[in-house]
Amino acid sequence: MKSIVPILSVLLTIIAVWYAAAVWMNAPWVYDQAARAEQTVPRPWQVAQATMNQDRPVLPTPHQVISELLRSTFGLPVSSKKSLVYHAWVTISGTLLGFVMGTTLGVLLAVGIVYSRSMEMSVLPWAIASQMVPIIALAPMLAVVMHAVGATPLMTKAVISAYLSFFPVVVGMVKGLRSPEVMQLDLLQTYAAPGGAVFWKLRLPSSMPYFFASVKVGIAASLVGAIVAELNQQAGLGARLLQGSYYGQTTQIWAALFLSAILAAVLVMLAGRIERRVLARMGMAR
Amino acid sequence: MIANPWYLFLLDPRLWCLLAFWAGAWLLNSELSKGRAAWVRYAVPLVFGVTVVVLWQAGVTAYGVNKIILPPPSDVIARMSTSVPTLWADLVQTFFKGALSGYAIGCSAAVLVAIAIDRSPFLQAGLLPVGNFVAALPIVGIAPILVMWFGFDWQSKAAVVVVMVFFPVLVNTIAGLAASDAMQRDLMATYSASYWQTLFKLRLPAAMPFIFNGLKIATTLALIGAIVAEFFGSPIVGMGFRIVAEVGRSSPDMVWAEIAVAALAGSAFYGLVALIEKRVTFWHPSQRN
Repeated sequence: MKSIVPILSVLLTIIAVWYAAAVWMNAPWVYDQAARAEQTVPRPWQVAQATMNQDRPVLPTPHQVISELLRSTFGLPVSSKKSLVYHAWVTISGTLLGFVMGTTLGVLLAVGIVYSRSMEMSVLPWAIASQMVPIIALAPMLAVVMHAVGATPLMTKAVISAYLSFFPVVVGMVKGLRSPEVMQLDLLQTYAAPGGAVFWKLRLPSSMPYFFASVKVGIAASLVGAIVAELNQQAGLGARLLQGSYYGQTTQIWAALFLSAILAAVLVMLAGRIERRVLARMGMAR
Repeated sequence: MIANPWYLFLLDPRLWCLLAFWAGAWLLNSELSKGRAAWVRYAVPLVFGVTVVVLWQAGVTAYGVNKIILPPPSDVIARMSTSVPTLWADLVQTFFKGALSGYAIGCSAAVLVAIAIDRSPFLQAGLLPVGNFVAALPIVGIAPILVMWFGFDWQSKAAVVVVMVFFPVLVNTIAGLAASDAMQRDLMATYSASYWQTLFKLRLPAAMPFIFNGLKIATTLALIGAIVAEFFGSPIVGMGFRIVAEVGRSSPDMVWAEIAVAALAGSAFYGLVALIEKRVTFWHPSQRN
């Protein structure tokens, strides 16, 4: 915990810069109002005060964002369409479903790649190339296609999340399944272990550290996928962002942004927690 | 009317033709991949790619899939060849103006900041955890805010790209600057090299593999950022704008054409960065074959 002082001072600096920026960016509106009301030019400290709590600020101040966040998470019934808890739940459900789909697909693909040379040579280059495609550009198209097939919005979101999260898992698992040393593989051969046993007792367990490293990347990517998919939907943090930008509700945008940041942090932390538990049980804690 | 049993689709000859083609191509690939020649490395993925495109075309045609849902590749190619000027204008707007300028600004800012942070252990201890945290956040979310601040034209797209590429490059550069080992730095000290000499002759070259790792991650992010930012507002040109507009006009062939262009541009960009990496870090074990 030696680094707590530097981290806190960095955070405090960020908040200070934020307040300064809020004064600077919101001030023109104050001057404008004063000029319209034909008042005298307000003094600097009056301007600064007037920039703190505007209804539609260019840059909302931190306390405005926090109070909006608290109001829309705790101040409203969960079932309300304005409640951020409701939107966050919509986003999380899509993220998790997509993440599970993507991870399953990724693990299966990695197993195929490790065991079949022809699969490695034909699929791996395309898996890499698939990441060059800005899949997010496909989101609006996919929404139409999935709707025509009769899929729910949740499923559409999950597909995009899955696409974003499968790649880190493939790369990590291929590395992990290949991580046992020749010596260990030879040992199992001298035991005349069948292929299945080699997989379940050596390759899979030794791939776990790699698996969890990719899971932490994948779950964050999954969340990004869900949010972008929601730009075409009615509910969720992404929809909230888009509505905010249509109606000029900057505070609402920032609140949704903060909540998605908190979600990302919680999801990654949760994955890290599970990683530590599992690796400790497997005797691989470091 | 009697309901068709669910397994009826198994009796469909079209399905068997497609499956037979797939199996044939797969067999060809597994035979090919036994070879050790250099051209095999290119032939196998190529066969796989062609197989997918052929199956797509044949499947869509044979089953008469609605073109609005999934247009056949031939339609997409035809569309691409007839609307070159539009596609080019979109590419210039989104890729060259938005993504590339943002990429250049964001990456150079990140490297400079990393060098500045590197001199101060206090800043390092404070900024590194914060940077790592921010790098994992869904940064695309700031797109609506930046579009409000910088207007609808490419400047706001470049701003989104700057923020998106900044943190991955920053984190990687800081890790890279720590990559030279104590023995090498001691050697520079015995030469009485100044801080800047050590930086330019030892530490930056040693950091290059890490920096390029960040730069490669950033190429994909740059294109994604520029396209997503256009969903929040743009002039009537640009890839993100075109995709949304053409989805609305139900002309999916144009959407797919735009996606194909995006994929080509993205791959070319990544390839270019990888090529420069190969030139710059020729000494690194991962580049030696």
